[in-house]
Formats: sequence, structure tokens, C-alpha cells
Amino acid sequence: MTDPSRQLAETIRVAGASVLATLTRTFGSLQLAEDAVQEAALAALRTWPASGIPDDPRAWLLVTARNKAYDIIRRESARPAKEAFASDYHQVGPDTAEEALSMLEPDSAVRDDMLRLIFTCCHPALAPEARVALSLRTLAGLDVAAIARAFGVPEPTMAKRLVRARRKIATARIPYRVPDDAELPERLPAVLSVVYLIATEAHSPSSGDVVTRIDYEQEAIRLARLLCELMPGEPEILGLLALLLFSFARRPARTGPDGSEPVLLRDQDRSRWDHEMIAEACSLLAEAVRRSSGVAGPYQLQAHLSACHSTAASWEDTDWSRIVALYELLLMMTGGAAVLLNWAIALGEAEGPGAMLTALDRIAGLEASHLWHAARADALHKLGRGEEAAAALRTAIDLAPTAPERHMLTRRLAQ
Amino acid sequence: MALYAALVYLPANEYWTDQPEQVHRPSDGYEVFAAEAGAAGVLQGGQGLYPPEMATTITVSGGKGGDVIVTDGPYAEAKEVLGGYFLLEAADLDEATKWASQIPASWTGGKVELRPIVPMQE
Repeated sequence: MTDPSRQLAETIRVAGASVLATLTRTFGSLQLAEDAVQEAALAALRTWPASGIPDDPRAWLLVTARNKAYDIIRRESARPAKEAFASDYHQVGPDTAEEALSMLEPDSAVRDDMLRLIFTCCHPALAPEARVALSLRTLAGLDVAAIARAFGVPEPTMAKRLVRARRKIATARIPYRVPDDAELPERLPAVLSVVYLIATEAHSPSSGDVVTRIDYEQEAIRLARLLCELMPGEPEILGLLALLLFSFARRPARTGPDGSEPVLLRDQDRSRWDHEMIAEACSLLAEAVRRSSGVAGPYQLQAHLSACHSTAASWEDTDWSRIVALYELLLMMTGGAAVLLNWAIALGEAEGPGAMLTALDRIAGLEASHLWHAARADALHKLGRGEEAAAALRTAIDLAPTAPERHMLTRRLAQ
Repeated sequence: MALYAALVYLPANEYWTDQPEQVHRPSDGYEVFAAEAGAAGVLQGGQGLYPPEMATTITVSGGKGGDVIVTDGPYAEAKEVLGGYFLLEAADLDEATKWASQIPASWTGGKVELRPIVPMQE
């Protein structure tokens, strides 16, 4: 963050998202607001290096973007009628200085605009991948090329996905508003899953320009912190932020010395974990428990699971029976083969390899998963069934999707 | 305000397939919905449809005025069939959703699909 050009870009990105939120409300069009903010950001990049970052960057961007929006509307209305009809832009009133002043609103209004934007981008009427893409574009202020790279799709594909999402918001009239308390339980999970997917599904390419590389885990943490600020005391948000922090705190130990090969939790050097961050996550989780009146949501449960690992001195010292119980609760809530697999592995630690193998063999539908075969190999090896273990491990190697995972499994086979 | 077509899909096996000739009598739930949505000024129209067995499919080959091909029924067996539609006028998708969730098909094994209506061009 010491690099001044990087700090500049970061300021524009963060302030830009909240300007976008306000303009979307005042103009009634997400597309127009995005175009205007984009132009204002370019103007800031041109002028700020010489003039310095203004005292109130958000106000500067807001006034500039607002004027850009009026410019765009004037350009649009000068175009032939047929094209104007195709435009999603709403008609707006005249440009007055008074109006510009009235847009510089108190913090509470900025907060509400940001929430509106979040709930619009994460509306359940949008496809999950569209929600994630739109949130990265509007809330995190990333450009289309970066989002496309993160999800391994060509840039035109991602651009089309974003256009389709914005068109649906305009055409189907997805409202720009914060759900009321009665609706919140139905609407919040969609928002949380977007943040979770950004942390877990988006990947920065390991090669490429360091300056343009984006840390998606940190981006998700930033969004979760923003949600905590906007909706203080919401237990599932606290649970999600705790979960993300527990995971991020392990990052220094998650890969080997060359930075690519994954290191299993069991083998991680726990002194390299960020223990300050783990302490913060623990207190967030405690806060979530206090506020959830005994009813834990799925993110809080996952955070509890993560806490068990993060606070254990070693793999062997981990409270495995608590982990088994937590997985069983999670299974009742969400189900899913991945949860079953982790439950079986935890059961192995709590009750031994026999119980683990029985549990693994009862899970249907994971025959194509290298993780399932690797877990079976582990159980078979501990039961002294070496040949079967080696065969299972070889199947796992064949099925492993990435080279680092194949390497890791191959080394295990050699042992 | 925006207009939406609430397309009502019903499970094919629970539709009128047993007695296709019988005139459809909507359940009380539909009357309740129509009365409430009508009173709220949301309901702008709607019709029930006879089942797919009563359908005739028409295509014209070779451009307008070409050979008219008439076939019986829909093309494929579907698990759910379109049973009718309501025309709803609502402020936004959330309001339309609130009303669509009052249509019995949405909780009796069918579903309701909300489609915004293309406005007429002046």
C-alpha cells in the first residue's frame, strides 16, 4: 500500500462503489451510474496525481460522476429515436447547483445506498454467477477483464454476463431497495453466498503482472467487513467474516516453500498462522453466538468448525468429537457430498480408520472425486491394507484436477 | 408500474389429463387469489387453458403463405405444462413476486413464472 499510484487506484475503487450506489438511486439506472462512475474514475486518475487526492474523494467523484451522467444522457437523447428507446436510462431533471449540494448526504444515506446496491446485485432473481460477477464489478469496483480472469472465462463472455444481468435488473424491474426485516432472512443468504464465493471460487492467476493481480480472499473479507458495518450485529454476517478470517489466517502455511504446492491442514506449520487474526475471528464468532439466540446458521457452524482447527495446538490435539458433531449439524442444514466427506474424515480421527472407511463407502456419488479416493486410501493404509490403499491413491492421482495436487498425491504414494 | 405475465405451470400428471374433455373448474384458491389481487388493482386479466391434449400445433413451412402443417398436441412430453396465466401490474419484481406467491400452483407442486411484458411501442 506504500505505492502511491496503487493507493490512488484503491481510493478511487472504494469511493467509487459508494458513488455508484448513490447515483443508481438518483438516476434509477445501474448502467448509467456505472458508465458515469467509470468516466469519473478516469478523470480522477488523470488529475489526482498532479493535484493530490482531494480531502473528500467521495464528494469529488460524486459531483464529477453526476455531471458525466448528465453528459451521457444528453448524448443519448441526441441519438435517433429508435436507439433512444432501447436505452434503459430514465429521464432526469435539469442540472442545478442546488441539486449537486443536496447529493452530499449524511453518512446514513450513503450507508443505505450501499445496502440497496448490495441487495440489488445479489437479488435471487439473478443467476448466482451473475450475482458474483455484478458484485465484483459494482461493489468491489473491479474491471471486466479482472473478473473474467478470476473465473477463467474469456472477457467477452464475462462482459455479456454483466450486460445480461443489468438488462434483467432494468427489464424485470428488480427494485433498488433494502429488504425489510421480514424479508431479510430470505434475502441475506444470497448476499452472503456471493461474498463466500468470491473468497473460495475466484482465483488470481499465479503468473502475470503483480500490479493488476487481485487478492480475492481479501476482497471478500473487505465486503464482509462492510456488511458488518452496514448491518451490525447480524449473526450470520459475523459468522461469515469469522470464517473468512480463520481461513485467511492460515494462508502463510497453506502452500509449500515454492508457493504452489498445497500443504494439508494436518501438515501445516501452525506457528506460521496469523494468531492475531485468529483471535479477532474468535471474538467475532463469540459475538455471533451471543446474538443468534441459540440458532446457528450455516456460516456460523462452518466458523465453529474452523475455530476448532485454528485454536488447536496440533492436528492430534484437535477436538475431533466436537468437529464430528458440528459436521452432523451442518449436514442436517445443508447436506452435500463435500460436507459428508469431511464428516467421514473427522470421524476417522475421532473413532478410528474402520469407522472412517465405513462412512466413506456409504457416501454415494463421489466416485469421480480425487478427495474421496485419497481419503479412502488414507483409511485403508491405516488399516494395514496397503495394496488397496495404493490402488485408491493411484485412482486419486488420475482424477486430481491440478498439477500441484497430483504432485502431492504422488509423493504420498511413494511413502 | 410494470406489467408481468404470471405463467401458471401445473404438474402434467395432476392436470386434467384423466378427463381432458371436462371443463376446468379452478380450485377455491384461485378464486381467493383473483379476488384479492383484483381488489388491490394488481390483476389486469388472465385465462385458464385446456390441457395439452386439446392443443393443436401449427407451423408454416417455406415462409409466409407456405404449407400449413397441423399436428396434434405439443411436441414433447413435459413434466409441467402451462395451465393458464394472470396479467399482473406491480411496482417492481418484489411486489409481483409477493402476488405470484399467492397463486396456488406455486405451493401445490406446480410453479409460477413471472415474465415482464414488452411495452407496446407508440
